[in-house]
Amino acid sequence: MKSAVVQLPGLNRDRDMIAAITKISGQAPITIWQTETDIPDVDLIVIPGGFSYGDYLRCGAIAARMPVMQAIKAKAEAGVKVLGVCNGFQILVEAGLLPGALMRNASLKFVCKEIKLEVVNADTDFTRAYGKGQIIRCPVAHHDGNYFADDETLKAIEGNGQVLFRYAEGTNPNGSMNDIAGVMNTRGNVLGMMPHPENLIEAAHGGADGRGLFASALEVIAA
Amino acid sequence: MINARVTVTLKNGVLDPQGKAIEGALGALGFDGIGHIRQGKVFDLQIETEDRAKAEADLKAMCEKLLANTVIENYTISLA
Repeated sequence: MKSAVVQLPGLNRDRDMIAAITKISGQAPITIWQTETDIPDVDLIVIPGGFSYGDYLRCGAIAARMPVMQAIKAKAEAGVKVLGVCNGFQILVEAGLLPGALMRNASLKFVCKEIKLEVVNADTDFTRAYGKGQIIRCPVAHHDGNYFADDETLKAIEGNGQVLFRYAEGTNPNGSMNDIAGVMNTRGNVLGMMPHPENLIEAAHGGADGRGLFASALEVIAA
Repeated sequence: MINARVTVTLKNGVLDPQGKAIEGALGALGFDGIGHIRQGKVFDLQIETEDRAKAEADLKAMCEKLLANTVIENYTISLA
């Protein structure tokens, strides 16, 4: 399974993502730079977290308009799996690859802590290693993770099973509507989520609850 | 040369925690009777053209493509 991790100025979780994918899949991902318009054949493209372009204008807004995103859009349309974590999620909604928007946390504070996630839909390429309704631990670290969508969109994504993760047990850290933590596109090949599964994949992290996401996407057996 | 101003505001119904915090701070300063504060962004631009219709069309495209996120924001354009 070949994968790629996107690198943009201001993203800073790329190394964590590369390490997680390498450890779980046994194969190091290639890296893609912002100016690239020709992405090699891969099965999974990951946009990691950070603060692309200093979060100027709106989080993810500038990154979403870079040439590399046009190429990623084309890949997504061709069925390649795309995962955006944290700033990567913000970039995907700004690029129009996922519905809704991510706004300033309701508390106005940057949150950096561990939360609980409910796996709402386990019947997807990103979550099949989990069970439906399973509660997992996951770290979050963001200032703008407050998921918003208009009523119609919210109804649609809930009805279509596009909400894959919800903050559970009262741990919603940002005021997201319906406690939404992760959203997939209708086709089922693009996922964006605010929590960082790549930071909980081995004993050294204090747990491996995040491993299932990569195991699902990479179709390897979780160790 | 045309001077233009683009104002971007949150749509009605979109939660504005920053506006709420500002409202609270104004109350703490003793300004009574202030309500429904919504904060937003202002962009001042200079466009090198004399064609006002073209400037307006270009600004609209800029708003749709970058300056505003139309999922959550409205924009208004004014030319000087």
